[in-house]
Amino acid sequence: MPETVIERAAAATPARIARPLRSLSDRALAWIFIAPTIFLLLAVNIFPLIWTIRLSFTNFRANRPNAEVAFVGLENYRRILTDPDVWATMQVTAHFLLWTLFLQVVIGFALAWLINQKFRGNDLWTTIIVLPMMLSPAVVGNFWTFLYQPQIGLFNSAVSFFTGGDPAGFSMIGEVALAPWAIVIVDTWMWTPFVMLICLAGLRSIPQSIYEAAECDRASKWRQFRTITLPMVLPFLMLAVLFRGIENFKMFDLVVQLTGGGPGSTTEPTSITLKREAFEKWRTGYASAYAIILFVAVFGISSIYVKALNAVKAR
Amino acid sequence: MKSRTRNYLAASAATAATVLAASAAQSANLTLCWAAWDPANALVELSKDFEAQSGHKMSFEFVPWPNFADRMLNELNSAGQLCDLMIGDSQWIGGAAESGHYVKLNDFFAAQGIDMADFIPATVTGYAEWPKGTPNYWALPAFGDVVGWTYRKDWFSRPELQAEFQAKHGRPLDAPKTLEELKQVAEFFQGREIDGKTVYGASIYTERGSEGITMGVTNALYNYGFQYGNPANPYELEGFVNSADAVAGLEFYKSLYDCCTPPGSSDWYMSENIDAYKSGQVAMQMNFAFIWPGVHADPNVGGDRSGYFPNPAGPNGHFAQLGGQGISVVSYSDNQDAALEYIKWFAQPAVQQRWWEMGGYSALRAVVEDPSFATSQPYAQTFLDSMAIVKDFWAEPAYASLLLAMQDRVHNYVVAGNGTAKEALDGLVQDWIEVFKDEGKL
Amino acid sequence: MSATSPTEPSARLKLVSGLLVGLYAIITILPLLWIIATGFKSSADAIAYPPKLVFEPTLEGYVNLFTTQTRQTPEMLAANPPTTWYERIVSEKGMVIAGPSRFGERFLNSVIIGFGSTFLSVFLGTLAAYAFSRYRVPLKDDLLFFILSTRMMPPIAVAIPIFLMFRTLGLSDTHAGMILLYTAVNLSLAVWLLKGFIDEIPREYEEAALIDGYSRFQAFVKVVLPQAATGIASTAIFCLIFAWNEYAFAVLLTSGTAQTAPPFIPTIIGVGGRDWPAVAAGATLFLVPVMVFTILLRKHLLRGITFGAVRK
Repeated sequence: MPETVIERAAAATPARIARPLRSLSDRALAWIFIAPTIFLLLAVNIFPLIWTIRLSFTNFRANRPNAEVAFVGLENYRRILTDPDVWATMQVTAHFLLWTLFLQVVIGFALAWLINQKFRGNDLWTTIIVLPMMLSPAVVGNFWTFLYQPQIGLFNSAVSFFTGGDPAGFSMIGEVALAPWAIVIVDTWMWTPFVMLICLAGLRSIPQSIYEAAECDRASKWRQFRTITLPMVLPFLMLAVLFRGIENFKMFDLVVQLTGGGPGSTTEPTSITLKREAFEKWRTGYASAYAIILFVAVFGISSIYVKALNAVKAR
Repeated sequence: MKSRTRNYLAASAATAATVLAASAAQSANLTLCWAAWDPANALVELSKDFEAQSGHKMSFEFVPWPNFADRMLNELNSAGQLCDLMIGDSQWIGGAAESGHYVKLNDFFAAQGIDMADFIPATVTGYAEWPKGTPNYWALPAFGDVVGWTYRKDWFSRPELQAEFQAKHGRPLDAPKTLEELKQVAEFFQGREIDGKTVYGASIYTERGSEGITMGVTNALYNYGFQYGNPANPYELEGFVNSADAVAGLEFYKSLYDCCTPPGSSDWYMSENIDAYKSGQVAMQMNFAFIWPGVHADPNVGGDRSGYFPNPAGPNGHFAQLGGQGISVVSYSDNQDAALEYIKWFAQPAVQQRWWEMGGYSALRAVVEDPSFATSQPYAQTFLDSMAIVKDFWAEPAYASLLLAMQDRVHNYVVAGNGTAKEALDGLVQDWIEVFKDEGKL
Repeated sequence: MSATSPTEPSARLKLVSGLLVGLYAIITILPLLWIIATGFKSSADAIAYPPKLVFEPTLEGYVNLFTTQTRQTPEMLAANPPTTWYERIVSEKGMVIAGPSRFGERFLNSVIIGFGSTFLSVFLGTLAAYAFSRYRVPLKDDLLFFILSTRMMPPIAVAIPIFLMFRTLGLSDTHAGMILLYTAVNLSLAVWLLKGFIDEIPREYEEAALIDGYSRFQAFVKVVLPQAATGIASTAIFCLIFAWNEYAFAVLLTSGTAQTAPPFIPTIIGVGGRDWPAVAAGATLFLVPVMVFTILLRKHLLRGITFGAVRK
């Protein structure tokens, strides 16, 4: 094997360090390898989670650290679960989740299937399609407010070019009916490549031999698609949906820049409400309870989903 | 400038210079935090004077308005040491005073002979006092600001438009004096073709994220009779916040938004209004006075092409929303002495006069009450007239919650068109009562 | 028109696919091209209506991005004539350059924090993934799911206690604090990805090395790492993309010292209004490193994205 950087680094490790390392038992080595990770995860993920749980039972306010802090039990939870505004934001999040997932899966899979036909130049097109994924969602959201401006923006001009209407006739961000779609469009633009890549990998993992066998059996293309392609890509699709779902549930950067939750609260997902409660109103206890509720919801749904995913994988 | 004033100014400058020179011990590195806007750039220039006199080095942290409150309040609440001097928004005074973010300045003012009576009373109450109406000072009034209006004087003076307007409304096309007149003028321009482009009536504040639409709607609400609470008992809201008059005011603002604003202006605040005005989209813009120097100097709309008028009166009042900030010393700073030196320098009449000349709205009475002030700039008189009618939002420690509630309710009604004005204000009362209950004020 | 093999797509199908994908690619790249183009427009052109497709390019946006400017009186301008090309651009607007803007700092912070945390998470992640892959760790599957679940909380939710923690520990607005935070967040992804890759490497190689007298650690370094190199590369891409583009934590936990570019770019204000050419310029420059990194390593992207589920 040619000398790699790692090998050279290993060779260059001074004997004083290298010898004790080499003579470590397996067990010790395993623990040394895992320890920093576990420690960091405990410190930055678990400990804060426990702290949040504890905070959620109090009326602590981070902007008044010296004020009296009282235990309020389940009061925060009760207020959240009985607040109609909270359910409205959950609805906004759900609507957003559903539509973005649906569109990204359909378009992503279609693109992957087309790319898999291995036409010339698909490498170039793939690289281009993947670019939007590389951008920062906050910068993207900010920029799309520019693109969505009725008078000076590209989007309205383009639409009116194709439909012949007046570009200033509609406002993606300003109208209650269109604002949610404004976000869905941008998110789909950004993340369809992600789903596409996963599906593509899935498609490429299907051995050609299966298709050849099906051809020999004179199965129609549609039948092949239904019985070979779809089932074998399904685990990959589900994985994509899982990751996009978790990410979009947490969606914050894009929406905060694009609409700020407006008009009114039409596009205010749960993460923006959470931010307002925690970092603008400084109702830390209340916001912590909200965070716990969201976490439990996502955790619960993903647990079920992952079990289903594993079942599909095992098939 | 009258020689008497000039002598007064020269004398104070000389005294101050000697005092400052004597007290400049070691040079410190001071950071001043403010919003990123034109006045801030002017302050950078002005502060070079301080650097020369005191030997301290100034650096600046400027954040644009939509993010200013978030970022700076975060900083204060984390006991951050980024800022030694903070030119914080007037609404932060309550929270900053009660949470100990700002240094109380009474003793300093007394020792240095800085008298609050020398400043415009509205600015003292608005930017420096907490609790309001008591002589407890947490800031020096630094920048006077108020919501006013800018209009395209060149369009208004076109003969054909003059004739048409006169025929339609029986009065000349001029800067409106009442809100009703404002709406008529805006309707007149809405959708009109001027120089080959479609223009619109007015750009107003509709921003959802920080404080935009609240800063806009209050200009209508105040003048229709909205009050924050019973004057005798400030936390009694019912019947004052949602009185029939207040409802009428809110409905007016929505009708103005619906009839006479450019398309896509559902989330506009200071920058967007300026953009729309400068690019020739609107005949009038609602904006804080700080933009006026920039408008006056603009190649497209500046000079004689633009005029200024204070917020028009309504059926039940004549007010304008107060803006502006005071400069405070952050209590977490390690350079408090040097910071206080800066405040002392800034309070000098000579410096305040230069501040005005460079585009900063001084709050010092010696500057604004000087006879030459009103004619020094085309917008100076409008500034004076506007500062005389100011009214401010809550400055309670919980002001952020009160503000967010109002942003939500008002934007929901005005821009999203949900519910009625009565429902919006009734809901607002409920929200505010809840906040005050949380605070223990009710 | 017979294909070379019965499963090879027909020429016509290839053509249609190519056209459709090409069309999608063009539509999808248009907004990005528009952003890049806006970076080269003058302020007036950027907010012209209807939008201008043809315009005279200028570097005004980039100059505005990198400098702070103040308005000066005409006398002052006449007294100090511009000497360089960028000063000329600024003086045409009646302004003078007052100093560098914060963008350079913020960009550098992004580089430090982005690459720093990527390196750390890949390093620690490789070690942990190896251990998970090769050793029988109790409750392995549950532990792995738990690690994944740490990514499920909205960043805002995690930010509340982290904000308090940083405040107590004095880590607010520090590079170290942000690097630690991003590393921790990326670790879950890194461990998951790398475990998948390391699982693929047959144990026989290490066992052969062990028999040859190498210790476990040497076997890890000499045998496993080189084979996992592509997996490590693709993990690095994902970690970098996250840390580079992250906004929520940056906006809440950083201020003057350690603020990265994403919270900064949307706030670039020009003379009074939003400076779209400067924002566009900032967005373009910010995109470049990630784009370059990705294009160079694009072959590994495909493998990485399926968490090693695809055989090489």
